[in-house]
This record gives sequence, C-alpha cells and structure tokens, in this order.
Amino acid sequence: MIMRILTPVLAMAFLGLIFGVGLAYTLKIFGIKLDPKVFRILSMLPGSNCGACGRPGCAGFADALARGEAIPSGCVVSTEDARTAISELLGLSSEEKARTVATLLCSGGVRAKDKYKYEGIATCKAATLIFGGQKVCSFGCLGFGDCIGGCPFNAIKMGSCGLPVVDIKKCTACGHCVKACPKNLYSMLPRSVGYYVKCSSKDPGAVTVKACKAGCIACFRCEKACPNNAVKVESNLSYIDPGKCKNAGKCFEVCPTKVISRR
Amino acid sequence: MDIASYITIIISTVFINNFILSRFLGLCSFIGVSKNTGPSVSMGLAVTFVTTMASIITWLIYNYVLLPYNLEYLRTLSFILVIASFVQFTEIVIQKKFPALYRAFGIYLPLITVNCAVFGVAILNTDVFFLHGHAEPGSFLKALVQGFGAGAGYTLAMLIMSGIRERLEYADVPHSMKDVPITFVIASLMSMAFLGFSGFKI
Repeated sequence: MIMRILTPVLAMAFLGLIFGVGLAYTLKIFGIKLDPKVFRILSMLPGSNCGACGRPGCAGFADALARGEAIPSGCVVSTEDARTAISELLGLSSEEKARTVATLLCSGGVRAKDKYKYEGIATCKAATLIFGGQKVCSFGCLGFGDCIGGCPFNAIKMGSCGLPVVDIKKCTACGHCVKACPKNLYSMLPRSVGYYVKCSSKDPGAVTVKACKAGCIACFRCEKACPNNAVKVESNLSYIDPGKCKNAGKCFEVCPTKVISRR
Repeated sequence: MDIASYITIIISTVFINNFILSRFLGLCSFIGVSKNTGPSVSMGLAVTFVTTMASIITWLIYNYVLLPYNLEYLRTLSFILVIASFVQFTEIVIQKKFPALYRAFGIYLPLITVNCAVFGVAILNTDVFFLHGHAEPGSFLKALVQGFGAGAGYTLAMLIMSGIRERLEYADVPHSMKDVPITFVIASLMSMAFLGFSGFKI
C-alpha cells in the first residue's frame, strides 16, 4: 500500500531533480546577466502598464530607460519624485521636459451657434459624420463629451457652458483625450505657461464672428501687445509659443473676444 | 522498418493531420506570431526543436519510468514537466545567442510551454505507439519522426500564414475585420484547403 504512494512520488521527484539540475547547468553555460538596473527602475514605475509611453508595458519602458533609449519623463503617469529617483539612478541630470496638461482649445460651447438641431446618437464621433457636426463653426467643440469617456483618470468633466473642463490636478497628460476628440481640439501644453489661445478656428475673422461669440477673429492685437514676441497670428488664428511666453499677460488684457485664457 | 514508413509519418503529420490546420492545436502562437515571415519561421523552428526533443524524452520516460511502475496515469504531469524544462532550455539559449529573436518572440516563447501542439504530439505518441501496454518495435524512431513532422507541419502553416498576412497589409480590409478577425477567416480557409489532403491513403 505504502509503495503505491511512494513510487509515484519518488519517480516524479527523480524526474524533477534531473530536469532541475539540467536547467541549472544550462543556466551556468548559457545564462546571461540581466541588468539589475532594469528591475530597480521597474519597481519605481507606476506598474499600471497603461502604454502611454509607447512601449510594451512598464517592463519595456524600464528596459528602454536602462539602455538610454528613453527619458524618465516619457512616463507621464509617474510622480515627480519617482522620476527624480530614476534620473538619479541612471545618472541623468534633472533637466527634464516640462510637465504638460491636456488643454481644450475651444471656448464656444453655448456661445457657438448651431446650424441645425442634432437628435442622433449623443457622441461627438456620430455627430461629426453629419456635415461635420451641428455647430456653425466647423472647428469647434460639439459638447457630447467623447473626451470625458476617453479619459482613464476621470480628469475631464462637463462644464456649465457646454464645454468639457480638464481638472489640472488629475490630468496625467496620457493623451487619450487627444485621440478621443474627433475635432482634434486637445493639445498638450506645458503647465508653466499661463496663457493660451482657447480657439481652433482657422476661418477668417468675419466668418468666425457670425459663427461664435467666443472665437479668435485674428485682430492681431495680441501679437502687437506681446513684449516677448511670443504671439503670432497665422492662418487667421493666434498662437502663443510656449517656449517664448514669459507670462506677461498683455495678450490676455487686450483680447476683444476674451479667447485668450489664463490658467 | 523501412524508410517508407518514416516518410509516411512525415507526410501524414505535415499535410494530412497538420497539427494546426487539421487538429486545431497550437492556435495561440499561430495567430500571435504570424505577422512577419522572419519571426514566424524562427518560432516554427523553436517549436520543431521542442516537439522533437519532447517526443524523444517523453518516449523514454513513458517506456522506462512510467510503464514499469504502472504510473501511466502520471503521464500528463511528467510530460508537462519535460516540455516546460525544454522550453526553459530553449529560452535560455535563444536569449544568449539570439537576443533580437528573443525580443521578437516576446511572450510567445515561454508560451510554447502551454502550446497544446507540443503536448499533443507527446500524448499522441503514447496513444499510437503503446497500444498494448508496451512499446511497439521501432517506435522510438517513429516517435522522433512524428515529433519532428509535427513541428515541420507547424512551421509550414506559420510560413503560409505569415506570407498571406504580410501581403494582407496592403489589402483594403474593412476596419472592423482588420488584423485578428481576418486572420481567423484566412485560417479557416487554409484549414479547408488542407482538408483536401484528408482523403489520401498512404
């Protein structure tokens, strides 16, 4: 009786031992030393495997970091402390790309006129299919909130005037809203720059005025007012260069349609 | 044991009872790694190595360890042990000798362990060559050939599929059918084409 139990146990233990020793010997001949840095970096990364860095998960990003093919700020989800720690581990200087935040570049909402009453499926993607959406302005936000559903961090809420509002504290700049918006209204802007043009309309000023009360009419006042030459009006739309802007705020004061926003 | 019987086994496992297209084993990596010809052929070679080695070792274990002690019921456990060990072995060697290939395989290399084609050929060997409770004469070499044939059939299916998928990149596939869904459609068409071999008597 006892042999019926003992034999299989012994047989399996014998087989396991043979293969175990065989594998250990193989590792001794063929084994390569893995970079211990990779594991330490991996333990500092968030581990959510969100893929926002463009690598196959956090392990792939840690591998790329160790080989010098990526920079710590490539991970938008990790905290500032974690990035500093990884930079120190890799011996990089702490000079990093500025943190960005998703910014909606449209201030239309209820102030932008409708060209027809849309009663279809309440998503921006569906509405876009019918003459580019119900707004007269072909560039503007349709207000059905595809970006709200697209945000994995619940950082976007629908505001009171029919426009989605990004919570700057919750936003990790993962870029999901950029992909979700069929009108391409989201832009990643540095957090340090306080002023931005909250409009995407490239229509001439006269057309914009008829379509929306809160559109950039390309009046050039901001360009003339800026002391740092950071503002340029190109194809009927003002643009503030985040690299040159020193937060003087002159453009914000002179804008007649209040389309330049302050963070 | 003439040479003809070995050729019969090879033709049978590669074409008539192709492990992917007729027995529907090992579909996971068949869909996963068949995007480019290079990695898919390497994957086929890795699987061929593992099936061949697994056939040899499982035959030896079944004949000299399990049968004498009446432990046939442990064959699943011991075969998985063999396969897992050989996949580990292959992984270590590939990681050392071909790092680029290692990265191309990704998760699918350790997944050969649970690739049912490998386990399938080991089980099939014991079913076919140990019919009456003991090894049939000459069955060791036959098991080896059958293991190799299974791997070769897998490689052939991978090669055909990756060739089709490479050309499919330029085809105008409807958005919802892109990538994996259309691959399943192709796999079923290939399977029907291989059904044409099933009438062969050799």
